[in-house]
Amino acid sequence: MKKAIGVYVCHCGTNIASTVDCESLVLFSKTLPGVRIARDYRYLCSDPGQDLIKKDIKEFSLEGIVIAACSPRMHEITFRNLLKTAGLNPYCLNIANIREQCSWVHLNKGEATEKAKQLLRAAVARVLRQKALETKKVEIKPSILIVGAGIAGIQAALTLASEGARVILVEKAPYIGGHMAQLDKTFPTLDCASCIFTPKTVEVARDEHIELHVLSEVVGVKGYVGNFKVSIKKNPTYVDVSRCTGCGDCMEACVLKKGALSEFEEGMVARKAIYIAFPQAVPLKAVIDPKSCLFLSLGKCKKSCVEACKAQAIDFEQKEEMIEREVGAIIIATGYDLFDPHLLPQYGYGVYDNVLTNLQFERLLSPSGPTRGEILLKDGSSPKAIAFLHCIGSRDENANPYCSRVCCMVSMKQAHLAKEKTGAEIYEFYIDINAFGKGYQEFYKRVREEGIFFIRGKGSEVFKREGRLVVSAEDTLLGIPMEVSVDMVVLGAGLTARHDAEKVAQVFGINQSSDRFFMEAHPKLRPVATPVEGIFLAGCCQGPKDIPDTVAQASAAAAEAISLVRKGEIEVEPITSWIDPELCSGCKLCVEICPTSAIQFNELKRISSVNEVLCKGCGACAAICPSKAARQNHFTQDQILSEVEELAG
Amino acid sequence: MKIDPKTFVKDYNLLVCIQCGTCTGGCPVKFRSPLNMRRLVRQTHFASDPSLFKKPEWWACTTCSTCSLRCPAGVKNVELILGVRNYLANQGEVPSTIREALENTLLHGNPWGRFRDRRIDWAKDLDIKILGEETAEILFFVGCAPSYDPRVQNISISLVKIFSMAGLDFGILGKKESCCGNEIRRMGEQALFRKLLRDNTNLIKKIGVKRIITISPHCYNAFKNEYPELTIPVYHYTQVLVDLIETGKIEMRNGSETPVTYQDPCFLGKQNGVFEEPRKILSSLPGVTFTEMERSRERSLCCEGGGGRMWTEGFTEGIRNAEIRVREANRLGAKVLATSCPFCLLTLEDAVKTSGLSDQIVVKDIAELVADSL
Repeated sequence: MKKAIGVYVCHCGTNIASTVDCESLVLFSKTLPGVRIARDYRYLCSDPGQDLIKKDIKEFSLEGIVIAACSPRMHEITFRNLLKTAGLNPYCLNIANIREQCSWVHLNKGEATEKAKQLLRAAVARVLRQKALETKKVEIKPSILIVGAGIAGIQAALTLASEGARVILVEKAPYIGGHMAQLDKTFPTLDCASCIFTPKTVEVARDEHIELHVLSEVVGVKGYVGNFKVSIKKNPTYVDVSRCTGCGDCMEACVLKKGALSEFEEGMVARKAIYIAFPQAVPLKAVIDPKSCLFLSLGKCKKSCVEACKAQAIDFEQKEEMIEREVGAIIIATGYDLFDPHLLPQYGYGVYDNVLTNLQFERLLSPSGPTRGEILLKDGSSPKAIAFLHCIGSRDENANPYCSRVCCMVSMKQAHLAKEKTGAEIYEFYIDINAFGKGYQEFYKRVREEGIFFIRGKGSEVFKREGRLVVSAEDTLLGIPMEVSVDMVVLGAGLTARHDAEKVAQVFGINQSSDRFFMEAHPKLRPVATPVEGIFLAGCCQGPKDIPDTVAQASAAAAEAISLVRKGEIEVEPITSWIDPELCSGCKLCVEICPTSAIQFNELKRISSVNEVLCKGCGACAAICPSKAARQNHFTQDQILSEVEELAG
Repeated sequence: MKIDPKTFVKDYNLLVCIQCGTCTGGCPVKFRSPLNMRRLVRQTHFASDPSLFKKPEWWACTTCSTCSLRCPAGVKNVELILGVRNYLANQGEVPSTIREALENTLLHGNPWGRFRDRRIDWAKDLDIKILGEETAEILFFVGCAPSYDPRVQNISISLVKIFSMAGLDFGILGKKESCCGNEIRRMGEQALFRKLLRDNTNLIKKIGVKRIITISPHCYNAFKNEYPELTIPVYHYTQVLVDLIETGKIEMRNGSETPVTYQDPCFLGKQNGVFEEPRKILSSLPGVTFTEMERSRERSLCCEGGGGRMWTEGFTEGIRNAEIRVREANRLGAKVLATSCPFCLLTLEDAVKTSGLSDQIVVKDIAELVADSL
């Protein structure tokens, strides 16, 4: 006696019904083996549609359901839940995709209907062989990992900590704060960035819920939502943090004459080999850069730093350390890299001293920067004229096609501050002003009123003539080419994905979109999630953003993460593989191919076995197993072959 | 072939233009002619009036391609210029000097209308293989100016001297050599270009060489980028000389203390990315101190010799770029303004004379400098 099957054909309004003859599909279904009842309906996913199926399951004692409708990606979960509430095992469901794979891609109604019949016949054959599967529940680890401690990571960490969640915050740099720590004032309100930000960085260091690891990287992630096991590589700082008082005596003593370019100051000044990046750095501890340290790179130095350190904190013996943590959720907040203007050589960046990036100019503006907030040319004099060039590396087919969103406002904020501080003549060379945020357009108007010259034309090149920099462009509104002499050029460099974004994506198993930023699960409805359950995104690692948007996304990521871990337990898909111990020959091919390291080899019994909790059900082991010992629940050979036979037949 | 200007919008990707003016801002003749690339793109976009194409500035463009290379939107600016010129050529509306150059090329295989029989006069005292009669590994494609122009012939002779000394197995096409067509295409005669393309491709394939070396960056550009069926590797001679110097096949011994600067030919540098090789050669010349001009490499200023401008007059006014360059080189203290392109050599040398700087600076091709140092 065959199982009793119910077949339901969805019209999806006219999406399916206009190309597939649903009525004839119903008649056809009734001829198929095992089918007890077949119906069509306008929208099966609607409440009345679902009620119809539910009623039938009871009335006809159905044991398997075939839904001919849209892609299982859309509504498989909906209908599985329906089966569950109707008392049927949710895995006794099969969906024939007659929308994306049939009605949407065909024009001829007759042919489309024939194809739909085949798909339906195969689905019925398969559902007859499907078995009830039981979901397992596993506990969720309560800690949350945050990767990157810029404004996004810090905001997420503090939000989580205030909820009492345990946070592991990993930062690659020796200090936290990321790019925001480098900023002087923020647009459009001109708040002092460090005044609003330093309290947050200090709070991160103080909050006992937050375990902070600087100079560290996440190098490995195993497991799955609720149960990630992460490996963190802690690079040596060569300074014992428990002893270092942050006094800075070591920096004074370091004998490295030329020094190394300060990363924090965007290469505009040198730092010593042992250094504290900036006075408000958190943690306020010295670190040694092994590349520039004479002792660590060449083995030769009189070690004046050791002598100078009263706390005896310097430890050249420190080694790289690997630590492991178990977390329930992960927030990735790795930020952005500034576009490198060397890639557009027409702007003379790297050729001329006074051609700067916007981030370098930000350091000039900053009271803690290399000029203590004075806008000075390399020779120490004041600029009489400054040009700001928009869209450098953004909206450019030769660099990045996207708009970096923040640079227009950055340029205008910097123009305003430059005007205020120097009274210089200021030119903004722009294509369009993208002032999209709250108070942004008003700021644009204000800057115009201040007498800054807006020239509607993109800077084409920068060269030097008679000692001054010349910006070549066209005033497109007048239609005349022009060459403007200035003393300083500030390039409105765009935001790009981190240079190592691909590596990070691989570590976490997430994807990048074509712009190389990390890809969200859905561009509109799930902008914080990734396709990997339990991994969330915050800030510029997902795409260029200003600070308000970054903070909003970080708070959202924190909310998603905590609502996940607070569930306490999570259901694990039973579509996993298993290995028949009677058939396993112990060849270990499956162990090698398994992408989630879910298969262990038992040396004693000389056979492999699957950890069902780690298994993602990809089926690679089942495909590669030469002795057919590895099998995949819900995708057994019997099920797949029956489906293929009906499709081919 | 009938050309309909209405298809230009699609053919040259004009719809994506955001009118940012990067093209006009970087144009080397922006102050020397009414040529405004941005405006022409927009006007063509909305072309309703055929008189648009009668504007003389369509002929001012040197096809240096700075505009196309920098365009953030991917508009094919220079191709639009060539499309319009092709349209005009089909209508018979080209400037008379251009028409002569095109007819000459059709009849004699070179734009100056010199006799084909005299194409290898420059080589009569040299022992060079003629391919087709003899075989060789390398085709040394001489080109029109280096074959006929008495000043430029010295580059050809210099290179033969260098190649022979290095023991390269090379030959020339002799009287069968015809114009590569690079400037022909840029003067708008696409049909003639296609003929040259076909003839040259067949000829070169038949003689069975493994490599091609060109003198002119214009020939280099044509063979490398515009001869789709020519799959033999093509080198500009500077690329070859670097290799000969680095492998010790030639040894440069002679030289006196000379400050030298360099003009990047647009078709070599900007358009084909060959920036390093000429500089490496100049820096390794005995006695030479090499200094860069302010505008170099991707920011180099076009000499205005390309795109058919060798055969036009009167579409620009004011001080020539070549003069600006020569004066800049002179201010820099350079005694030699080096280049690696026949057209640059001619325009710059002319500018030295018109600027009255003949006693202060000379223009030399890199090949000449190397040959002199051997």
